[in-house]
Amino acid sequence: MHASATPAQVAATTESPVVRRLLCAAAFVFLLVFLLLPLVAVFVEALRGGVGTYLAALVEPDAIAAIELTLLVAAISVPLNIVFGVCAAWCIAKFEFKGKSLLVTLIDLPFSVSPVIAGLIYVLLFGAAGWFGPWLAERDIQIVFAVPGIVLATIFVTLPFVARELIPVMQQSGTDDEEAALSLGASGWRTFLTVTLPNIKWGLLYGVLLCNARAMGEFGAVSVVSGHIRGFTNTMPLHVEILYNEYNFAAAFAVASLLAVLALVTLVLKTWLEARGGHVVSSLGRH
Amino acid sequence: MNTRALGSGWVRPSVIPGFGMTLGFTLAYLGLVVLIPLSAVVFRAAGLGWQDFLALATDGRTLAAVRLSFTTALMAAALNAVFGLLVAWVLVRYSFPGKRVLDAMVDLPFALPTAVAGIALTSLYAGNGWIGQFLEPLGIKVAYAPLGIVVALTFIGLPFVVRTVQPVLQDLDREVEEASATLGARRGRTFRTVILPVLGPALLTGFALAFARGVGEYGSVIFIAGNIPHVSEIAPLLIVIRLEEFNYAGATAVAVLMLAISFVILLLINLIQAWSRGRMERG
Repeated sequence: MHASATPAQVAATTESPVVRRLLCAAAFVFLLVFLLLPLVAVFVEALRGGVGTYLAALVEPDAIAAIELTLLVAAISVPLNIVFGVCAAWCIAKFEFKGKSLLVTLIDLPFSVSPVIAGLIYVLLFGAAGWFGPWLAERDIQIVFAVPGIVLATIFVTLPFVARELIPVMQQSGTDDEEAALSLGASGWRTFLTVTLPNIKWGLLYGVLLCNARAMGEFGAVSVVSGHIRGFTNTMPLHVEILYNEYNFAAAFAVASLLAVLALVTLVLKTWLEARGGHVVSSLGRH
Repeated sequence: MNTRALGSGWVRPSVIPGFGMTLGFTLAYLGLVVLIPLSAVVFRAAGLGWQDFLALATDGRTLAAVRLSFTTALMAAALNAVFGLLVAWVLVRYSFPGKRVLDAMVDLPFALPTAVAGIALTSLYAGNGWIGQFLEPLGIKVAYAPLGIVVALTFIGLPFVVRTVQPVLQDLDREVEEASATLGARRGRTFRTVILPVLGPALLTGFALAFARGVGEYGSVIFIAGNIPHVSEIAPLLIVIRLEEFNYAGATAVAVLMLAISFVILLLINLIQAWSRGRMERG
């Protein structure tokens, strides 16, 4: 767009080299202190006791149990939120109906609720003194302070991710392709699988990536419903907290470094997906 | 399913199938996971009665915690508005080596689990930490003090401002700036009178999002805050403490207070957006 601009025009719409350098320097220092240093600190603290201590902290039975639980919770909550996200995006993007904007707002609701409150609501429902508490106790079903509660709380906090990525992608691709397939006699399912899915696959992957990162890393909501039972209801972030509060810093940072690697892998994949055009910038640019 | 929708009049007729099924599933899922459980808190609070609720919500420790959560979130959001704008500006307007890496790094607070951020920031700002060792002799205490909460919330909220301002800055028509410069305005004046008004709504939205997130944030804060009642105890932590005491009424009161304030913020965000959309369409 500015290929034709004369040097004088460019000079008029940019800052002097000194100001430019100052602005860049200020931004770099800010990002260095607030983003890079915390990340580096995780790995330095994790390896402070040597590689032997580091590895020992990761293969210890409680750490393994925490890793397994984190994977299990993500393996249940992410697919459920994918199904929800695809359904929600389908009815919102492909149809016009009254109350649509209210529905979109409600889907975003979990992002505006404190994670601690997300945990609290399930304790109020399913805890010993909750609405369904006595009914569940009679039948010997445990939801809060057990895996089902952790899964529910995780589903709550990660619910909007897939839906809000897919809605703009599906809106952008419109309904022409689907209408053509249907008029040629394809069934609804076949239309979805062969026409819609290829159109939305990158956006879907993008949503799943963010959903998974949050599901594996969620702390507040899960902490309220977990009960912190070592080896049973401790996810990786909760295990980090327990180790840290026991002043076992090397082990805490060792487990934390695994989560930091997960975050870095997420960022790399995210950048790759954005380059493939898998991300339609939503009006809020919010994740 | 589609014929039924055709007859009802609230949905525009379409040859695309699956409306009833997908909308039904969406509503059922949303209702079971989000709406019914959330309404449980409100019913719980209503069951307390107005008098009891007021007594619990205006208890000194509760008010101190809620005030702390909101003031620290406000300060962090303000810091992020300034530095977020700066980072967005540098990323959009200038080119330098490693720009793509830096751009990707901005999303780190979204991707890094909050507990990890919490312990990392604490180790940096503790008295013997990389940053804390320089601040402590100056009498600035960050870790285990309210200032630490601001630092943690600034980390958490940074991407909100950058990612809302960035696309607007990218779409900004440079011809307006050129016109301003041609008319003799200096660069600083052009920024104040031409660029900043256009970025205003996005900046406000980013600020509000960072603020809303900061108010409810828990994981990154509890490690660095020190958690002293009345001094550095945030509202979400007080909910957890009340729950651990099996004081469900107390926990509910704090939660409803926070939900009410968050609801107002959400309303405000929507108003800002509606207003900026209207302004764009008029202009």
